[in-house]
Amino acid sequence: MASAFEYAPAPESRAIVDIAPSYGLFIDGEFVEAADGKVFKTVSPSTEEVLSEVAQAGTEDVDRAVRAARKAFEKWSALPGTERAKYLFRIARIIQERSRELAVLETLDNGKPIKETRDGDLPLVAAHFFYYAGWADKLDHAGFGPSPKPLGVAGQVIPWNFPLLMLAWKIAPALATGNTVVLKPAETTPLSALFFADVCRQAGLPKGVVNILPGYGDTGAALVAHPDVNKVAFTGSTAVGKEIARTVAGSRKKLTLELGGKGANIVFDDAPIDQAVEGIVNGIFFNQGQVCCAGSRLLVQESIEEELLESLKRRLSTLRLGDPLDKNTDIGAINSEEQLSRITRLVEQGEAEGAERWSPACELPSSGYWFAPTLFTNVTQAHTVARDEIFGPVLSVLTFRTPDEAVAKANNTPYGLSAGVWTEKGSRILAVANKLRAGVVWSNTFNKFDPTSPFGGYKESGFGREGGRHGLEAYLDV
Amino acid sequence: MPTNASTAAHALTDVTASHATLRRFLHGLPGVDAVGLEARAASLGTRSIKTTAKAYAIDLAISMVDLTTLEGADTPGKVRALGAKAVRPDPTDRTTPSTAAVCVYPDMVPAAKAAVAGSSVKVASVATAFPAGRAPLSVKLADVREAVAAGADEIDMVIDRGAFLAGDYLKVYDEITAVKEACGSEARLKVIFETGELSTYDNIRRASWLGMLAGADFIKTSTGKVAVNATPANTLLMLEAVRDFRAQTGVQVGVKPAGGIRTSKDAIKFLVLVNETAGEDWLDNHWFRFGASSLLNDLLMQRQKLATGRYSGPDYVTVD
Repeated sequence: MASAFEYAPAPESRAIVDIAPSYGLFIDGEFVEAADGKVFKTVSPSTEEVLSEVAQAGTEDVDRAVRAARKAFEKWSALPGTERAKYLFRIARIIQERSRELAVLETLDNGKPIKETRDGDLPLVAAHFFYYAGWADKLDHAGFGPSPKPLGVAGQVIPWNFPLLMLAWKIAPALATGNTVVLKPAETTPLSALFFADVCRQAGLPKGVVNILPGYGDTGAALVAHPDVNKVAFTGSTAVGKEIARTVAGSRKKLTLELGGKGANIVFDDAPIDQAVEGIVNGIFFNQGQVCCAGSRLLVQESIEEELLESLKRRLSTLRLGDPLDKNTDIGAINSEEQLSRITRLVEQGEAEGAERWSPACELPSSGYWFAPTLFTNVTQAHTVARDEIFGPVLSVLTFRTPDEAVAKANNTPYGLSAGVWTEKGSRILAVANKLRAGVVWSNTFNKFDPTSPFGGYKESGFGREGGRHGLEAYLDV
Repeated sequence: MPTNASTAAHALTDVTASHATLRRFLHGLPGVDAVGLEARAASLGTRSIKTTAKAYAIDLAISMVDLTTLEGADTPGKVRALGAKAVRPDPTDRTTPSTAAVCVYPDMVPAAKAAVAGSSVKVASVATAFPAGRAPLSVKLADVREAVAAGADEIDMVIDRGAFLAGDYLKVYDEITAVKEACGSEARLKVIFETGELSTYDNIRRASWLGMLAGADFIKTSTGKVAVNATPANTLLMLEAVRDFRAQTGVQVGVKPAGGIRTSKDAIKFLVLVNETAGEDWLDNHWFRFGASSLLNDLLMQRQKLATGRYSGPDYVTVD
């Protein structure tokens, strides 16, 4: 966007966050090295700068952490709800107090824009802890019968796209209901979880209630397979989710999975066009499209396709891609080289299959992992880009003629996590939303999150709900 | 993209052929989702405009101010002082741009004209029984003609909100075209909707198109005389309207938010809206204005602070 009104760089200061050269595992209230001494590096995806060296948990460490959590469970679960709530409220307040520091940290480690971590991730993280703190002493009234019991030790594995928010979604309900946890953050984004460990210490949380084990997939596999884990919660890819389901099959572990998606964003011809364009942008370019519930398939009514695409392309030309710490950046870096190559491969496949590729004029930084916002038009249900989850800033545009066709196409996917309906007609919203097989259906908005609202998938997008009263069930013996 | 301007303009001319066609056209415009519109305006409000960008924006904003006095107590002396301020907003720094215009009641036009003589500053006059607009058309037109005859470069008219809310769009249209005719080729016409009284965003979008179809050179939010005046959301909506109107007809129309914009920070937020909605073609005082009185002094104080690094305070800007 070459304009007379060029925004000068407005970087958020890094000085507020102090990243240590190395971090240990957080077990039983202490930072410790891995038993086998293994470490791995975490890099900033926008610059490829090494941020820190982090201990890598192995099988022995998993065992140690689960034992610590088991030991802590006895006292923690016996605490009155009001007492557990106090800790959660304290954690929520500390997160609010340290939100700028945590936002900068998250942006550095993940690559997403500071605008999103500051205005999205962090407020939601605090809100999640506040919300579940409120439930801790009201479990009798949650609809699961009198004094529902916690499960025990929860093994939780979270993804890299919203590192701290996914941690909050996992840990807040687990602690509120009286469980203790062992959590494995993703290997590309371990830092905010380790800072959260420090928040737990600051809050005086009893030792062993929260344990953090950075590591790769094998660490996660060891955790979910551990015989003394009572509950497994996983957010990530459908392929890994299936593996986990196989691992825990036959055990008495309770399992919730929040997996991939290929969300349909349906725009009818009577939609509020300007706001629909914003919703489409937010649906697929929020967090560089690395969102499981992204609206990655745009289903637009054929009669307004041209008009809508014109508006959409004009809007995409105003997106600002670059330094994630700049307060005016809309599109940050892709989280890892691996993810970038996956996006690149799928986009090339889309082109090879004959879909029409478009991106706004957009200069990519020379170092780091970047991908320009991309549109595919002339896409049909048969194209790979319309079927596979890309998990990147890539939107496939399809058309439909009638509401029935829109519903049929939207549901024609193995996934079922999210969908959007854009129309000014209230009755149409209700009629269409009822037919969509998706865990969350947004109308005239997209990617709107709230701790009071349950979130989860149909079909291969997983099962179980996180958030809201429903989110308690996964952590209760009911 | 703009289709052939003359054919498109012609296509829209049919729209105003009758009450029914006009109504059908205005009601056929895409609806506005209030939550989404306000969220977009708020998100653009988080843009961080610093250093060189801020200096550019402050000077641009100063050059876009319609320095306004619309009081029963206005006197030629007060208008003279205002005119001097508009021409040279900061007497201590001659690099400060002049404002776009001074905006006064019709009877003050001669005084204003004299005060800004020889400068680039225009004289704008409110007319058409401002601010209520409740007068017979003949009176409104006489009001306009007198102001133009006295030398007003711009006329800020108010629409008949009563007729608009009653669904009598053709009456509003006819009034605007009549006023436009009275302005002749000498004066540019700003059409004030009093968005606070239209109350819904759908109405603001319809009024914007109605005004543009009738030949407005500018569409303007408010009189500054009611509770809700210019807001980021209603201005964003009007910017979308002028953008879309130009795309359809090739005709560019200006936007003027008025009332309630008091700080540099607010003004810069509006400029971001312009930049990222209508685009840089509107980043010029021929196409975008701020209707304001107290805003100018805050812009001047911020300008001094950027230049000197010190915040000198209100004693160092003139009170007029």
